[in-house]
Amino acid sequence: MTTTTTKEADVAPSGSALARLRRKRWYQQPMVGRLVGIVSAAVLLDVMSGPQGSREDVFFSLDKTLGSLRVVWWLIGAVVLWAILEFTKPLYNRYLAASVGPLERFHTPVTGPVRQLVAQTRETSANLRRIVWVRIGFSVVVIGLLILLPSLLSTFWNQVLVNEVAIYVLLAIGLNVVIGWAGLLDLGFIAFFAIGAYSTAYWTGAMPVDPPFKLNAFLVIPVAVATCLLAGLLLGAPTLRLRGDYLAIVTLGFHEIIYLIAKNADGFTNGPRGVQGISNFRVHIGPIDYKWELAPEPYWYLLIGIATVLIIAFLRLEHSRVGRAWTAIREDEVAASATGVPTVKFKLMAFAIGASTSGIAGVAYASKAGFISPESFLLLFSVLVVAYVIFGGMGSLWGVIIGTAFLAWLPQYMKDWVNPNDRFMYLGALLIIMMIYRPQGLIPSVRRKRELSMAKAGLGDADAMSEPAGGRMT
Amino acid sequence: MSITTTKADDRPRVDPEDQVMRVRGVTLRFGGLVGLSDVALDLHRGEVLAVIGPNGAGKTSLFNSLTGMYVPQEGSIVLRDRAGGEHSLKGRKPHLVNRLGVARTFQNIRLFGALTALENVKIAAETRQKAGPVSIMLGLPNARREDRESDRRALELLHFVGLDGLLNELAASLSYGQQRSLEIARALATDPQVLLLDEPAAGTNPTEKLDLEVLIRRINRELGISVLLIEHDMRLVMSVADRVTVLNFGKVIASGSPAEVQRNPEVVAAYLGAEMAAEMVAAAEAEAVDGSDGTVPAQRDGEEQR
Repeated sequence: MTTTTTKEADVAPSGSALARLRRKRWYQQPMVGRLVGIVSAAVLLDVMSGPQGSREDVFFSLDKTLGSLRVVWWLIGAVVLWAILEFTKPLYNRYLAASVGPLERFHTPVTGPVRQLVAQTRETSANLRRIVWVRIGFSVVVIGLLILLPSLLSTFWNQVLVNEVAIYVLLAIGLNVVIGWAGLLDLGFIAFFAIGAYSTAYWTGAMPVDPPFKLNAFLVIPVAVATCLLAGLLLGAPTLRLRGDYLAIVTLGFHEIIYLIAKNADGFTNGPRGVQGISNFRVHIGPIDYKWELAPEPYWYLLIGIATVLIIAFLRLEHSRVGRAWTAIREDEVAASATGVPTVKFKLMAFAIGASTSGIAGVAYASKAGFISPESFLLLFSVLVVAYVIFGGMGSLWGVIIGTAFLAWLPQYMKDWVNPNDRFMYLGALLIIMMIYRPQGLIPSVRRKRELSMAKAGLGDADAMSEPAGGRMT
Repeated sequence: MSITTTKADDRPRVDPEDQVMRVRGVTLRFGGLVGLSDVALDLHRGEVLAVIGPNGAGKTSLFNSLTGMYVPQEGSIVLRDRAGGEHSLKGRKPHLVNRLGVARTFQNIRLFGALTALENVKIAAETRQKAGPVSIMLGLPNARREDRESDRRALELLHFVGLDGLLNELAASLSYGQQRSLEIARALATDPQVLLLDEPAAGTNPTEKLDLEVLIRRINRELGISVLLIEHDMRLVMSVADRVTVLNFGKVIASGSPAEVQRNPEVVAAYLGAEMAAEMVAAAEAEAVDGSDGTVPAQRDGEEQR
């Protein structure tokens, strides 16, 4: 008996030895890895944004970037950034662990028969209603500020507000339904935007082909929504049975098809020359006659209106049976279908809703710009919208809106103080740093936040891409 | 459907002619591997039928075939509704099988972990509702009414399985036994005629097992739902099941009342190996002379790994 115990003691590492084995070396610490990542990104950016190379001196560019004081500033900047992020990370995590969702805040253990339970839920829902009122008040203030915003800015920034921020926010709201809620990766979202824009051109009579009758740009909105809905259903019906990664490829292909049609169907879309003279929005009912013209402000108000309606509708959707079914499908498709959720139908619904939102944005864009060409619908924009949605926090409507507004504004802002050609490089660096420090996005969705705080407590997984805790079929 | 509280003892009369589910000649092959071969099974309305068998016998494959997750190459699976209409389940999509009134739980619990217990059950209750996305986006009264209805139904069911205090807990944060109960509540929310329970007692402690026993009886008697049960815990099977069907290597090797099945030499052989089985049967026969039951020890060949 004694011999075996001594033997075990010999073989099994003692407490301190175990601790030594478990302890990571300094270079194995994740924070060091993050430092290396940020520093190498800084060096790369330094080289890329420095002077261009020359044929006479092969090392001219490296000499001017890495061989000068420039790189030191970049390195200092990278280390300072890293230090700030490392410092704020634990603070943020503590905030996450402390913060609770509205449901948890008003949760008290309930026992007793069903009638009491219902009373309890009523009480909870009364509390929730109070929260809703606070939210409504907050939204009114925000909308008021947004209405005042154009008067504070120059014309250039007002144009940016409409052409970049508002249009991208509309697109992101739509893509959030597809990616954030239904969990489908759609890389061809701009295709529907193009369909919306070309529908506007067609129905307002700007295309080489004449429509049967001309429509006001406002009336094109329902037509474009219907067209995009149809296109979404046609694309989705055969492909949504595929798994996520295949779907991404199919949507990518769909985008390319739409782009090439726009470029090559010369007689119909006017090819690469684009379509000019698309009529603006106009209201003409009885004595009221208002035309949206060159000034950006009226478009801004119009787009705020459209976005508000869509946000209200989508928030309702998120907290309804549809939103719950989407979550169920996202989390476990097999279990969802065994529970009676028609998975293909709900995925198709998300796809079509996203597509029609993109179509609305397309109408607004075409009607504002008055000119569209295939180059307005590059694959780059599809990828950008996906990046914006992920940056803002997939599935969280507010995060997506704020993140998109920020990222759409940033390149325009950087235009003044960096080489304009390098702007998207900085955007890329920002996205990488974001993914290292906050993969869940700027403002993660409540469900994602719950998952995260559970992960801190050792329950489940914060990463929505991997399997949730509680056992799954392997 | 409302939950009526009848006395636990008055069992629904089981009519052997009224089969709620009839399975004939089901053969399921995975390439060259035969998962199920010529399986026949009758589930009478209002009974608890246990399917037992060693690991790899094809029990879960059978469940997957019954619920549309696998499509067997041969055979027929027929569900008879209360009005007597017959529906073939073979090759039907899982959500359509569910719609016809066949709900199931999973061997490895598959809940929606980031949703609350209430939301998990609501999802199931809502699959029977009609409000479309447009009426939801417009906030029409029918959408609101349906939301309240599913709330009420989910609360009822959470109370039924004894999870009242845990409405707003995340499913993933519940204990293992609670997760099992929640999964059963979710299955019940779709208003099934037949409930398929895949190893509901795996990984639960003895107290939870007793609770589960009571719960299965209540589902069967109070709600009048026919239950098909896969279970390794023989004590639970013997106390809950009206009849037992034994699968081994994808074939039905025995079927009958729990006591009959226990004495069946083929069953004992499947569980213990032929040699030991011969001894067991001899011992059982010797005991039978004394008038006591020969019992198969509660062999647990598939302790659940989490």
